[in-house]
Amino acid sequence: MMQVVSVLAYLLLAPLAGALLDGLDRRVSARMQGRQGPPMLQPFYDLKKLFTKQMIAVNSVQMLLNLSYLVFLAVAGSLLFAGADILMCLFILSTADLFLVMAASSDSSPFSTLGAGREMIQMMAYEPLTLLMAVGFYLATGSFQVGDIVRMPYSAVLTMPGFLLGFMFITAIKLRKSPFDLSTSHHAHQEMVKGITTEMAGPTLAIMNIAEYYEMVLMLGLMALFFLNEHWWSWPVAIAACLVVYLLEILWDNAAARVKWRVLLDSCWVVTLLTGGLNGLILMLVR
Amino acid sequence: MKKLAKSPWMLHYDASSCNGCDIEVLACTTPKYDIERFGIINTGDPFQADILLITGGVNAQCESVVRQLYEQMPNPKVVVAVGICACTGGVFKDCYNIKGGIDTVIPVDVYVPGCAARPQAIIDGVVKALEILEEKRRNYKEEKKEER
Repeated sequence: MMQVVSVLAYLLLAPLAGALLDGLDRRVSARMQGRQGPPMLQPFYDLKKLFTKQMIAVNSVQMLLNLSYLVFLAVAGSLLFAGADILMCLFILSTADLFLVMAASSDSSPFSTLGAGREMIQMMAYEPLTLLMAVGFYLATGSFQVGDIVRMPYSAVLTMPGFLLGFMFITAIKLRKSPFDLSTSHHAHQEMVKGITTEMAGPTLAIMNIAEYYEMVLMLGLMALFFLNEHWWSWPVAIAACLVVYLLEILWDNAAARVKWRVLLDSCWVVTLLTGGLNGLILMLVR
Repeated sequence: MKKLAKSPWMLHYDASSCNGCDIEVLACTTPKYDIERFGIINTGDPFQADILLITGGVNAQCESVVRQLYEQMPNPKVVVAVGICACTGGVFKDCYNIKGGIDTVIPVDVYVPGCAARPQAIIDGVVKALEILEEKRRNYKEEKKEER
């Protein structure tokens, strides 16, 4: 019963929470730059507008692929919020991303194709850590089931702080934050127009944005997994920790310039090795 | 203001401007004027833009570009000509390579005069364009209904 409620809550509330967080993000970013910034509800206005715009799709398959991206992300998130297998959740998360890569490759724009290539490099950069993280949770708690992980007597972060650091690093890629917003950016005027979203107009872009909100909440859910344990007070702690991490990502977004793909790949793999690899090794030896 | 007017994304294109007006357009995005207050984003992508902001008059080389940018924008859309060159051709009007203002190539909805146009005038012009955009949105919705 609890599972059904939490999955339904995720499916219904994640886009709302994601859009609100995005609104907060834009406002906080503006304040960091000494501007007033848009209203908190701006992402909702944007979505509403995008749905009223004309759909000028270059082909009929792009919308379908974008919808698949949305559905697969919703499924991945549902698995997490149902307390199911974390490995399965992470695999479906990467499958979802592949649909986005296909959607971007399906049109004729060279910017979009370049973006698709970069998106794949980004996947290569963050994938090792997400997989290692699942193994880390298994080593720390003895189970791949999210339901078991959140019922541990102590928070997972105590035994896997390295993984948390690594995960914070790659969350910047998933949230499309500078310095890792290679494939597409929330900010205007990047070197290849809008990257993967270049030829997405109106409703197609709106679907993509909603999918991103699902992904955002899913990533924060994974972040919360580090802090949750059997005590009730771990829930407010986890939510607070997620917000703090999100603010740190915004700060990083505003302070860093975009890197080249080589730097992205190298830094992510080095960080994965130093944080996840070392932490995993220690967990294995201590066990 | 409804829907479109609350989230107008703009595309800025320099047709043959001397950069005077372009700097003023960019000044609108700085902390002092901060057009993002109104939800306006300076996007570089015609597929996602609602407002086409053009500076400078049209010359032989950029005519096709202006036309293409306009056609790539999804309906409903508005065009704002910023600066006297974009309005009429300005001092370059009689040059052999200049066709004239933007309206010699695509329909223009709002003219913002000035050399260079001040940020306040540009923001004022964009806000005027929002009203036209809203009207166009209503017409577009009715057209779509009739098609069905």
